[in-house]
Amino acid sequence: MKRETKLTRRGTLLKLLAGGGALSLSGCGLDARSPAALAVLETAETLTRTVQRALLAPRQALAREYRPEDISSYFRPNGSTAPDDPDYQDAAASGFADWRLEVGGLVENALKLSLADLRALPSRSQITRHDCVEGWSCIAAWKGARLASVLAAARLKPEARFIALFCADTLEQSLDGNGRYYETIDLVDAAHPQTILAYEMNGAPLPVEHGAPLRLRVERQLGYKMAKYVMRIEAIDSFAALGRGRGGFWEDRGYEWYAGI
Amino acid sequence: MSAVGPAIPLAVPRVVLRHSALTRICHWINAICFFALLMSGLQIFNAHPALNFGQTTDFARPLLSLAPTGFPSWATLPEAQDLAVGRRWHFFFAWALVLNGVVYLGDLLLRGGVRRLWPNVSDLKSIPHAIVEHARLRFPKGDAALNYNALQKLAYLAAIAAFPLLILAGLTMSPAIDAVFPGLLDAFGGRQSARTIHFLLASFLVAFVVVHLAMVVLSGVVNNVVSMITGRYRIEESDHEA
Repeated sequence: MKRETKLTRRGTLLKLLAGGGALSLSGCGLDARSPAALAVLETAETLTRTVQRALLAPRQALAREYRPEDISSYFRPNGSTAPDDPDYQDAAASGFADWRLEVGGLVENALKLSLADLRALPSRSQITRHDCVEGWSCIAAWKGARLASVLAAARLKPEARFIALFCADTLEQSLDGNGRYYETIDLVDAAHPQTILAYEMNGAPLPVEHGAPLRLRVERQLGYKMAKYVMRIEAIDSFAALGRGRGGFWEDRGYEWYAGI
Repeated sequence: MSAVGPAIPLAVPRVVLRHSALTRICHWINAICFFALLMSGLQIFNAHPALNFGQTTDFARPLLSLAPTGFPSWATLPEAQDLAVGRRWHFFFAWALVLNGVVYLGDLLLRGGVRRLWPNVSDLKSIPHAIVEHARLRFPKGDAALNYNALQKLAYLAAIAAFPLLILAGLTMSPAIDAVFPGLLDAFGGRQSARTIHFLLASFLVAFVVVHLAMVVLSGVVNNVVSMITGRYRIEESDHEA
């Protein structure tokens, strides 16, 4: 009787051990990158966006602006630093004299704006911190045309919900041709006073490695939202048809469309 | 009194209900969140495996650098270098940790748990003795085992306090949260300081968990684990009566 109890106990113990082993094995064998797991984990992005937007909305809060002495002596250029597109290189060689920013899509009044036209629009100067998704931060002074002013001149159609920015740089040579950089932001960020199309950095024309002639600044999100080498802006009602449908170059590669954290 | 000879140890140990169901559930959810956050956090760290103080990154003079590779892949989630996936895991389990923590802390405050964890004067006086006893791996028995000793109280309080600070430091890395609560940037001394403090607090919690697990094993692993699953904790009566 006693012996039997002991055996049963040992059996239970062995089963427990085996169960534990199987659990930890499946733990190790579990694919942390499986589409099903990623889809579940992505629900947190909706929660983050909803909560952050609710916090940001009432005050239309501005990102902190810093003092001139806070400007980083070295600002790391990231992503593309010298687009290899021949048209871009020709434009850069002539100092973007004949370059035009195209504004189109769901607008009443499509535009082609030279750098001089952009400089004539209401501008904003701001010394802000650039937070890369990788974890580092740099501070620089930016000056540019307010995106809201550009869109006001183009007159958005009522069905416009996002602003897409198409860029000159191909960051990845991919078979499906989706390696060209692009980004999308919604109208909340497009209307924000600190959202500018920057043509100046630290008091000089925007250098090529930082996105000449024009880069977007969306100061309350991470660096990858701030597209460089902006060539064309389109008002759109959905970004499902762009790239792989997630709203941007890095978004198509698994990063969050809302990059508030 | 002692005429009958040496006391015979009680055959049936006393069993007490040590942890409420809510505490047990919160504990295990927290444990899962902790390891998911730690390992995905190391993945995120590896995207820029260096730390700085202040608002910005001084690439030439980091406070600490594990460049170029950072933490080994077996310690990261996912195992391969993949910042995008690491972030998904991190922010999902960050929300789980926060919601679980609100429930746990709310319960703790409502039931006066903080007072039970707060060390009193006699606790503080007993610290040297408690250190010696722990070093000799002699753990309290009988009724004394039911109360946390001074070292336990301080360790648990520090761990409970570390979590909110860790979360606030993490939120300070969010450019959107910084716009809403710019005071966070000043409180932590800048975004890169916040990143460093986030890392240091996580390191402290790793040290806490290492000691916690060692104590769980050394002071009766089955009894401890069973008590955190079923709530039922077995008291060994002390063999000398004071």
